[in-house]
Amino acid sequence: MSAVSAEAVTAGAVRSGGDTRPRSGGDGAAPLAPRAKLLPALAAVYRAQLSRARVARIPLLFVATFQSVGIMIMMRGVVDGGAEARAVVAGSSVLVVAFVALNLLAQYFGQLRASGGLDHYATLPVPPAAVVLGAAGAYASFTVPGTAVTAVVGSALFGLPMGHLWVLAAVVPLSGAALAGLGAALGLLAPRQELATLCGQLGMSAALLLGVLPAAHMPAPIAYARDLLPSTYGVEALARSFDARPDWAVVAADLGVCAAVGVVSLAAATWAYRRAAVR
Amino acid sequence: MKEAAAAATVCTVRGLVKTYPAARGRRGAPGTAEVRASDGIDLEVRRGEIFGLLGPNGAGKSTLVRQLTGLLRPDEGSVELLGHDLVRHPERAARLVGYLGQESTALDELTVALAAETTGRLRGLGLRAARAERDAVLGELGLTPLAGRPLKKLSGGQRRLACFAATLVGDRPVLVLDEPTAGMDPVARRAVWAAVDRRRAEHGTTVLLVTHNVIEAETVLDRVAVLERGRIIACDTPAGLKELVGDEVRVELVWRAEAPLHVPEVAALCDAAQAAGRRWTLRLAPAEARAAVAAVTGGPAFAALDDFTLTTPSLEDVYLALGGRAEGAEGLVKA
Repeated sequence: MSAVSAEAVTAGAVRSGGDTRPRSGGDGAAPLAPRAKLLPALAAVYRAQLSRARVARIPLLFVATFQSVGIMIMMRGVVDGGAEARAVVAGSSVLVVAFVALNLLAQYFGQLRASGGLDHYATLPVPPAAVVLGAAGAYASFTVPGTAVTAVVGSALFGLPMGHLWVLAAVVPLSGAALAGLGAALGLLAPRQELATLCGQLGMSAALLLGVLPAAHMPAPIAYARDLLPSTYGVEALARSFDARPDWAVVAADLGVCAAVGVVSLAAATWAYRRAAVR
Repeated sequence: MKEAAAAATVCTVRGLVKTYPAARGRRGAPGTAEVRASDGIDLEVRRGEIFGLLGPNGAGKSTLVRQLTGLLRPDEGSVELLGHDLVRHPERAARLVGYLGQESTALDELTVALAAETTGRLRGLGLRAARAERDAVLGELGLTPLAGRPLKKLSGGQRRLACFAATLVGDRPVLVLDEPTAGMDPVARRAVWAAVDRRRAEHGTTVLLVTHNVIEAETVLDRVAVLERGRIIACDTPAGLKELVGDEVRVELVWRAEAPLHVPEVAALCDAAQAAGRRWTLRLAPAEARAAVAAVTGGPAFAALDDFTLTTPSLEDVYLALGGRAEGAEGLVKA
């Protein structure tokens, strides 16, 4: 989760400008209660979101995992081994992240905004980044079991080596940050709740088609679209790790793209939150 | 010196204007015209009082409250809260005000305990302080047995009480409560007002309350502003407002079937009465009211009478007398 904490730390440094002490805002003005600091607030939101997810999202996580496993079983009939099998397994694994972090988070923020639920956070002295990062982090963490199960089942199904699957420990948080940031931004920017849901679904479909289908046979415009989608770099990184001697520099570069997109999209989501909260 | 400061004004609103732009019609549905939801509002709330905003749906109560909590930027005017200019620094509102909105969606899937604890932490409390306050507030409101239940699984009144609990975790000098007791049973309602009173007595907490429940308004409010179409049409203590309608008394008569119009005294009342089915409502001077009650309970009309009540004016009568009669009266709840 280095992208998330990097963002958190920078935002924390900006905000902790001695602003947490009670202070008066002029002549005779009452002291202000302290602001919630970024990291404790982030932890509180993360914990609350995770507990929510535990109650409300487990069935959806099963759906996400079964969907990915089903796709791999289907593709088993078409693809037999080689680069294509790697792409299918990697794409299906990252699809779980896209389903939860992009689709479900876009829906959540869209619904929260439409129902006036953002007012709750907007009337608490909490940094916007804490709300966005806490929610994004919780959704991204929630994809871990599904992604791991999908990757292991896929590797077994296509006979791929599992020795380098530890790379998931970087792939899930980094592509999670990128996709969750995108999902949160979509949910907060969509003018209507239904549009937020639609964008989330379309984003997930894009991750499905562009991530799972082998890239070699794609026409040029689609290949460009694939390059634009942040999940692609997570898929590539995971696919490369199935090589007997992976080129770790390229894997790291792919993950670097995910991290960079994560920072940008989470910053955009934070901006979108600020814009949505105060009208 | 201290006393003077204690009696001082907590919140001053001057010339507040907020206009919602006209919405275009969509797919055959007609668009809506521009709405001036706050239309030049002046207001002063004093320290330690329970100040009410009363008015029918759409009168502009929530719009006003959203501007006082920094959620909405006014088009014109000023809002000063405890010496802070909230138009220039809306973000300071969160550090001065505990706000209970009408929606609970942000907390719905959390347990009662976690909702209170998380809200406290986001109000800047440390983990230990948030947990201690959470336990104290849940105990105070009688929510401890429900602490482990998700808000979504609770009844409407219990959920509202849990949200109120979350509002109280992390002390604030000002509480803004938007219909806090909606859907609550009498026990829960009493718990809410006891908690408010305790904070008022111990910390001088000021409460701004939005309500359209006139009975509650009369019993809990120190002062009340009556809103109508974005304007404050009256602002005083409930008793002071009631003096506006003079000493008129409301007489309600319920007949068993048809009103016995053949009785001359009843026929004489007929013109002054607002009839709704078998129910007549009259507003009369005390002497007239006594005569009317004597006439219908003494003579032949009594056989046709099912029930009658004689009441002193309520805030609802004030509201009607002030001219809020346009479709508004139904917006006020009498319960």
